[in-house]
Amino acid sequence: MNISWYIVLSALLFTIGAIGILVRRSPMVILLCLELMLNAGNLALVAFSREVGNAQGQVFALVVMVVAACEVVVGLGLIVAIFRRKLPLDVDELRELRG
Amino acid sequence: MEGVVFFIAAIGAVVGAIGVVAARNPFYSVLALIAHLFSLAVLFLLLTSAFVAAAQVVVYAGAVMVLYVFVVAYVGDAHEAKWDPVPGQRLFAGLLAFFLFVEISAAILSSGLKALSTHGPDVPAGFGDPAAIGNLLLERFLVPFEASSLLLLIAAVGAIVLANRKPRETQPTTPPVGAAK
Repeated sequence: MNISWYIVLSALLFTIGAIGILVRRSPMVILLCLELMLNAGNLALVAFSREVGNAQGQVFALVVMVVAACEVVVGLGLIVAIFRRKLPLDVDELRELRG
Repeated sequence: MEGVVFFIAAIGAVVGAIGVVAARNPFYSVLALIAHLFSLAVLFLLLTSAFVAAAQVVVYAGAVMVLYVFVVAYVGDAHEAKWDPVPGQRLFAGLLAFFLFVEISAAILSSGLKALSTHGPDVPAGFGDPAAIGNLLLERFLVPFEASSLLLLIAAVGAIVLANRKPRETQPTTPPVGAAK
């Protein structure tokens, strides 16, 4: 398979994640769509690593996984904190920081 | 043969991603994301990166998704509004996403990278296996490796602080007498 197939697939997955972030309102599903976008980036990194024939891109993908795990932990901590304050879990209702 | 596996895994990844976006229940979204991650692991294997595929299955589809399942079970089903607060939001989101896809694809495919239309160079047998990645991580990329471990530690501490803080002033009824603000 040509590398360009992987790159186009990665662009498609990134786009689906972007649709989810724009359309959904639950912060949990928005975090899941963020995971989709990060994984699309990972797929592109690994595909480019294969294209160059150099494994350093895979190390980059592993670091992206670590950052994604940190983002999940902090995001889910925020969601639990929002839930415990009995605030609505809806990004259209949580607009106090909008000014 | 490789093409067949690629298309099966690609269809699985796309269907899983659409399931994440489209599912009403967040629990089904998490399950669709797990299917998506397994398909991506197959794609990583096709790209001869065995260690990243294994880390994807063990760390992502295993550990991180368990965290999601716990939080979904704790928070419960969020009742999302069926209507758009901004009129035409879905239409505009779809249009924007379509143009984004076209733009990314055109930008990459017209970039003149000649190796994009090849299978990639022939790599030695140990390409992307745990030994190669471990050598890279612990020799050439030691500082980023340690920095990412520090980042994980900070994130864990931050999550505990965020989720464990006592909510204040949320119950207006019967505040405890003499409670410090």
